[in-house]
Formats: sequence, structure tokens, C-alpha cells
Amino acid sequence: MVYNVYVILGLPVITAVALVILQGYRLLARINVVSSFLTFVAALTLFAYRPETGTYLLVDDLNIVFVVLNTFVAFTTSAFSASYISHELETRRLTVGHLRFYHAMYQLLLGAMNLALVANNIGLMWVSIEVATLTTVVMVGIYRTPAALEAAWKYFILGSVGIALALFGTILVYMAARPVVGEGMNGMVWTELIQHVSKFDPAMLNLAFVFLLLGYGTKVGLAPLHAWLPDAHAEGPTPISAVLSGLLLNVALYAVLRFKLLMSANPGALAPGPLMVSLGLLSLIFAGFMLYRRGDIKRLFAYSSIEHMGIIVFAFGIGGTLANFAALLHMTMHSLTKSAIFFAVGHAAQAKGTQQLAKIRGLTVTHPFLGWGLVIGVAAIAGLPPGGVFMSEFLIVSSTVSRSPVLALLTVFGLVIAFGALLLRLHSVAFGEPTGSREPIKASYLPMIAHLTLVIIAGIYLPPPLVAWFQHIAASLH
Amino acid sequence: MGGLYFDIAHLFAGGLVLISFILLYQDRLYALLNVFALQAFVLALSVAWQAYVQDAPHLYITAGITIAFKAIAIPVALHRMVSRLGVHREVETVVRLVPTMLAGIALVALSMVVMLRVTGSADPLAREDLAFALSVVLLGMLMMVTRSNAVSQVVGFMSLENGLILAATGAKGMPLVVEISVAFSILIALIVIGIFLFRIRERFDSVDLQVLDDYRGESR
Repeated sequence: MVYNVYVILGLPVITAVALVILQGYRLLARINVVSSFLTFVAALTLFAYRPETGTYLLVDDLNIVFVVLNTFVAFTTSAFSASYISHELETRRLTVGHLRFYHAMYQLLLGAMNLALVANNIGLMWVSIEVATLTTVVMVGIYRTPAALEAAWKYFILGSVGIALALFGTILVYMAARPVVGEGMNGMVWTELIQHVSKFDPAMLNLAFVFLLLGYGTKVGLAPLHAWLPDAHAEGPTPISAVLSGLLLNVALYAVLRFKLLMSANPGALAPGPLMVSLGLLSLIFAGFMLYRRGDIKRLFAYSSIEHMGIIVFAFGIGGTLANFAALLHMTMHSLTKSAIFFAVGHAAQAKGTQQLAKIRGLTVTHPFLGWGLVIGVAAIAGLPPGGVFMSEFLIVSSTVSRSPVLALLTVFGLVIAFGALLLRLHSVAFGEPTGSREPIKASYLPMIAHLTLVIIAGIYLPPPLVAWFQHIAASLH
Repeated sequence: MGGLYFDIAHLFAGGLVLISFILLYQDRLYALLNVFALQAFVLALSVAWQAYVQDAPHLYITAGITIAFKAIAIPVALHRMVSRLGVHREVETVVRLVPTMLAGIALVALSMVVMLRVTGSADPLAREDLAFALSVVLLGMLMMVTRSNAVSQVVGFMSLENGLILAATGAKGMPLVVEISVAFSILIALIVIGIFLFRIRERFDSVDLQVLDDYRGESR
């Protein structure tokens, strides 16, 4: 009997309760960090000891990667959040009462995301993604400014519609499974489904997948369904932007992936690849163009997240061992890099007292550490070597060339568009004529440095065990 | 399963679609809430009937939640809110009535065509329930798109969710239905509390979301 999986699910919930009861924001922030760290350690032990697969929980090669990445970024973000939040308290944008709520919600979100990742039950997965959505809605609206309320409302409504579509898809999967697997719980257990899926009615599965892709795709932030994403990123506290981009989008992506596996295991069903390729490509190119017209620094990077989720969905849609490998790598690199960028952006916006791109200039002069951190982060996310993103994008493009040169060309086009936009913005933000406050800001740089170091190391040297692990998963993904 | 069982299930499911249409053309908030309460009531009947037909006692819980929460508690709460906000006069529709109704008819036709063709292998009760359910879902979505008012968007979302509960209870033996209906109730309760807490009226002088659009972060 192994309990580590219960720790990664239970500890966040227990901590959330404790955070509501206890007082003193320093203590709360510390508990938040410690608990997130312990959850991360528990997630690491999953590599060595896996719980048995049951009706509700499943730990396999695929979701371990997601869980470990998730808990790691959640841990570093909680450390960033501690220093970010104390500044927000000083400037009175938040009160101590808000903070209790904020920390409890943070832990609940962490627990819900972990549950969604280790769920072996498509109903349970749905419920936990819904809970994760709700907690982030609350946190996006926490500043209570008109813009924050509008962002939270939009996120709420669009997220709920997405969630509703996903549920309809889930019901359809059950309906498809029922004649084969039988009535009751088994019709929702993923391991049962994948075992018998070849005998399911293909037409029913096709319909289900369309709903699931649209539903969970809304949460991934794919192009026609992305409207909530930039607002939610821009108006909430920056640690939440980091968690949204780095983690929650991945969780939704994971749900899409699971159902993609079901689809491709049924010979009669529609191939899920082309659908994902077109949605991904649309997101990539659309977001690439949208990057040029942004006036708000967090919105800029939110659109960049849409772009990168597009790339990842595109690569999973292309399929094959190499593309899947690249997609997994890209997802990992994007999570690490994007959250590092949000760490830098959060402190930069606090230092300058604004999120307007036009008013944040010359950061390398006024705040060298933040400025250079941002330069490295943006260079990495734009796909410059030696960042890890360069390698994964290179792999994605080269694996696409052999399949379909036209698609590869379109991908490169999208990447170049986005690259130009990001560098253009970076130039004025980092090297422009310095404006605004030059006051040094109390910030913890450690999370940012840790992430960027990992990204650059990954770009130069990927440890062979990691490569072997990813290749193994990539091969099992078809 | 006898013909009568089937017909009664059909009656309730068809009733839900009909009430969705009635919801589409309500231009007063109070009337909208009353019609919604009626829809929730019919849904509860339908769920209870499924519980009886399928011999699945746990579905009675879902029926009970639907009655207590969606047919009574939420409409009452929204009623109070609407009267306190003083916005009961009229619902502004973004799209005109006739095109909306035509779009609604088209959506129902679409869901019939899609579902009946796709679900050939499923048993007839479930497949027709699913077709009705998809119609209710799509009509709810249409309502959310055509309304600009926060309260009627919420009503649209709740009627969409009624369709989902109909689908879930129609799928025989589906597990976790009760849990899912509880999760949805929490979601809806939070939306309603959200409107209360955020006191959209105080901040914007209106619950009209078109006003909110002016607060986009980038239009400054």
C-alpha cells in the first residue's frame, strides 16, 4: 500500500483548511510554501512507488510528468507569491482578509489540479477540472476593480460553457462504452475504456470527441475559444497568471490528450490528429499576430501562452514518436519559462506601478536583475538558442517537415511572427529610454533564477534518463 | 420497457425543449425567472421518472436537488436580486426575436439530425433523450449569446445545465450523476453569490454586460 498519491491530493486540502483558520499573513505565506514543497516531494516519490490502479486513481508514465511539473511550478510560484503578496499588502491593493482567502484557494487549486491529473475516472476528472476553474475565477477577481470583475465574469461564463460541453462529451463517451463495458462505474474508468475502446461505436466516439475537444479546448485557450484567457491573466494577481499559464492550461491539455488516446485506439473513429492540428495552427498564427497590438505586459504574455499551447496541441496532433516527444518537451519548457517570465513581470509591474508596456521601459537600467531575467526569459520563450524552447520547437518543425512540408511552413511562419513581436516589445521594455520609478524593489529572485537555469540547462544538455522517459511516453501516445 | 414508460419520459424531455423556446422569447426578467423555475420543475419530474423506470434510487436525490435548489432557491434569490437592483423592467436582447427563434429551430433540427444518426446503436429511450438534451444545451447556449444581461445569461447557463442533467440521467446506469449535479449546483450558487458580492450594480450602475465591456484593460 502506497500513500504518496493521497498526500498530493490530501495535503493541499488540509493546508487550505488550516490557512482559513490560522492568522498572520507571513505565517500563511510560509505554510503555503512549505506545503507546496511537501506536495512536490510527494509527487517525486511517485517515480519510485506507484499506487495500484483503482476505479478512481491512476498513476502511469504519462501523468507522472504532468504531476511532477505541476507540483514543482506550484512550489516555486508559492515562493514568488510570498514576496509578491507582501508588496501588494504594502500598497494596499489587498487586505489581510483577502490573503487568507487567496492562500486557501491556491492550495485548493493545487489539490484539484493534482486530482484531475491522477484521476482514472473521466467523471472525476471533469469534476476536479471544474473545481480548479472555480478557484481560479475567484482569484482572478480578487482585486475587485472593474477590469478584474469583468475578467472574472468572462472567465466564469466562458469557462462554464466549456466545462458544460466537456460534460456532454463525457456523457457521450459513457453512452458509447455502455454496450461494451456494461452499466455502472466501469463505463467511466479510463483504463477500462482504453482496453475495450476498439469495440465502441465509432460514430458516438466522434461526436463525443468534438464536444470534449471544444470543451476542454476552451480551457486550454485554443484560438476561437480563447477570449477569457488574456483578461484572466492580465487582471488577476501575477502568481495566478503564472499558475494559469504554467499549470492549468496543461491540465486541460492533459484531458484532451487522454481522449485523443481513446480516439486513436478505435480503428473506425475519426482521426483526432487533423482536428488538433488545425486548432493548434490557428491558435499559433492568430496569437502571433495579436502579439503586435498589445498594450499591457501581462496580456502580451497571455497571448504568448495561447501561441505556445497552439504549438503543443499542433505537435500532439501531428503525432508520431518524435512530434509527441517534442510536444512533451515543449510543454515542460513552456511551463518553466512562462512562469519565470511572469515572476519577472510581476515584480516589474510592481516596481513601475503599472502594467502598461509603454510605461515600463529601460528595465535593465532601472532594475538590472529583473530586466536581465526578463531578457533571458523572453529570449527563451521566443525560441532563441540555447533555451529549451528552441530545441523543442526545432524538433516540432523538423518532425513536421517529413510529414507535411506545408504545415511545417505554416508553423515556421507563425513562430517567426511571434518571435518578431516579442523581440520588438522586449527591446523597449528592457533597453528603451528608462522611465518611471528606479526604486529597488524587495523581490525574491530565486524562483525566476531556478526556472531559467533549468530551461537553459535543458537547452544545452538533456539528461539521458529524462530523454528515455519522454521517448517512452511519446511512443505510447501513438 | 413498456410503451407508456417511454412516452412519459418523452413527454418530459420534449417539455424541456419547449420551455427552452419559451425562455428564448421572454423579455421580462421576472417572467424569465418564472419560466426557468418551471423548466427546473419539469426536469425534476423527468429525473424522478428516470429514477423510477431505471430503478435507480440515487437519481431521486438529483431530482430533489433540482426541485429544492433550481426550481425554488435560485429563482427566489434571483427574484430578490432583480427587485433590489431595480432592473426588472426589461431584458435587452442583442439579437432580434425572429432571427433568434429561427436559429433556435435550426439548432433543434441540427441536434435531432446529428444525435439520431449517430446514436443508432443505443437504446431508443436514451438516444431520444440525448437528442432532446442536446437541443436544450444548444438553446441555452443561444440564449447566453443573444442576451447581454448578467441575470439572463445566468438563466441561459442554468437551462443549458438542465440539458446536461437530462442527458446524464437518460444515460442508463451512469455513475457520478448525483456528484455531478451537486458540483453544478455549487457552480451556479457561486455564480449567483458572485453577482451579489461583486455588486455589479454598485460599480457599474447596471447589470448590463455591454457596459462592462468598456472596462477592457486595453481601451484605456
